[in-house]
Amino acid sequence: MRLWSRVPWALGLVALALFPVVVTNPAYTTIGVFTLIYMACASSWNMFSGYTGYIALGSAVSYGVGAYTMALVSIHANMAPGAAMFWLAPLGGLIATVVALPIGAIALRVRRHTFVVITIAIFFVFQLTAINVGFTGSTSGLILPFISWNESYYNLPFYYVALGLVIFATALSALVRRSRFGLQMLAIRDDEDRALGLGVRTTAVKLTGFAFAQFTIGMAGALYAMFVGQIFPQFVFDPLFDVSIALMAFLGGLGTLAGPLLGALILESFQQWLTLSFSNSSLYLILFGALFLLVILFMPQGIVVFVRDRVTRRAAREKAAVAAAETTLAGSRA
Amino acid sequence: MSGSALTYAIVDGVLTGSVYALMATGLTLIFGVMDIINIAQGIFVVLGAYLSYAIQVHWGIDPFVGLLITIPTLFVVGIVVERAFMARLKGPEKTAMSILVTYAVSLLIEGSLNMIFSVNDVQINAWYVNQSFKLFGVYFAYIYVFGFIMAVVLLAALWALLYRTRFGASVRASLADQTAAALIGINVRRVATICFGIGTAVTAAGGMVFGATNAFNASSSYDLISRLLTIIVLGGMGSLGGALVASIGMVMLEDVVGVVWSPIWSTMTFFIVLVVVLSIRPQGLFGKQLARTA
Repeated sequence: MRLWSRVPWALGLVALALFPVVVTNPAYTTIGVFTLIYMACASSWNMFSGYTGYIALGSAVSYGVGAYTMALVSIHANMAPGAAMFWLAPLGGLIATVVALPIGAIALRVRRHTFVVITIAIFFVFQLTAINVGFTGSTSGLILPFISWNESYYNLPFYYVALGLVIFATALSALVRRSRFGLQMLAIRDDEDRALGLGVRTTAVKLTGFAFAQFTIGMAGALYAMFVGQIFPQFVFDPLFDVSIALMAFLGGLGTLAGPLLGALILESFQQWLTLSFSNSSLYLILFGALFLLVILFMPQGIVVFVRDRVTRRAAREKAAVAAAETTLAGSRA
Repeated sequence: MSGSALTYAIVDGVLTGSVYALMATGLTLIFGVMDIINIAQGIFVVLGAYLSYAIQVHWGIDPFVGLLITIPTLFVVGIVVERAFMARLKGPEKTAMSILVTYAVSLLIEGSLNMIFSVNDVQINAWYVNQSFKLFGVYFAYIYVFGFIMAVVLLAALWALLYRTRFGASVRASLADQTAAALIGINVRRVATICFGIGTAVTAAGGMVFGATNAFNASSSYDLISRLLTIIVLGGMGSLGGALVASIGMVMLEDVVGVVWSPIWSTMTFFIVLVVVLSIRPQGLFGKQLARTA
């Protein structure tokens, strides 16, 4: 990677790191925490679905499992409320990964179109189970140990842990993309049968990729549970979550590294701002749906690819112009 | 388990299942012809129910007579949605994009319905909803039978359209192979638009019965769409007969589980059966085996 292409990444990181220093209003830093959580999830989702082309719409299973790991362990182990609870996030991620293995083994037996529907179906199994069994607190939810940090800086630890999660997800995604494993996933996206014919163990690759992607989403779910302090089955196992992170990846650019991050940054902050500004949730649904349609119809490839195409096209035009000028020059000399 | 409970499960499976079959047929037809998964089918059902409810409350028109208004209305809604959004989808990610686009359409309609009708549950009311009769020792409201008759009539009409007309031949050709159909001169684009319209129009009828047998609001669409998707995957995506068999089979099974175990778990059975069947037969009960990556 050339040096100049790293500049936007460095600038983005600095901007995100400085945000809560500049903007101290807790209402806005709360939006920041949610946005970072979604950025990590979208990036991680993209690491499987974007690379293989298998669109998973059941990621809320991992998010919910992560959230419940955090809630159940911290409650039943009588943990002292505080920073130590952050260590439960990796545990949540790990359990989400383990849960994803049998799910993937079933869902990945079928090809793309059906895979989408099966992930939705499995998601509903988890949602209904969580609502119906007792240990999740059912519809009244679970209350986590109350963290009594000062209100003015309560958001800060969460913000930086979430930022760490985003960096982790992005670095993992970049590493995978350049590895042999990542190339195998891309080969599956482009032509699964040919990849199989060329000796890619497609089932194993898909299953590994699927399970891997759930780790960060599980951690994000755990972080979310700790941040909001009370969780309900219907909110941590939320169908809107599934579609949101897929939309974020599509908006930014499916299969690209920066796309899902950008998509989540735009959509989640917009969504949170809408909720903050309009108490009318119906209006919010209409606005969100309309935005959603505009994006998909006018930038089907996503922002990153859209911009990249513009830039390369301009570069190509300039190159052509220079070449033409040189030819003319050479012609006049001859 | 008592005999009458089992009878109830079977009779209800056939009666209610046929209404689901109508809605699922629309969904599987759209998928088969266009490779589009229409997530908005759930909200279209609810929209159909609200339309029937509104014309009954405001104009005093009986819901069954009202179908003469609501079915064409939803046909037009389907055509508009197809022309405005679906027709623009292209490329290898078309199916995935279609899920997102129809989901967005669904959110738009859900928000609008919430604004117009509020989020409080309503139910369509008529004499045949309140009065019941006894069948094999079990009481049924007349609406179940009327709904069943309506579903059978409409399914038969659909069958006649698909298997006895020239247009139907084009549809079936497009279902079998879109490229080949286009090569022999079928206007696949036009077939697709009309099929989307038909697939949406049937929800008006299904929605009316749904709205008379259940209290509903706009968010009922989530439950509906997850059931309908399960049914068409189970039957084999794009298979019309599969949708019929899976609808009746699943509603029956749900009732049986509800009776012998608990209604809480009956919905979950739906999804567990799906997972089990697909582990054994990934293409669904009547689905075509895919030779190449689709």
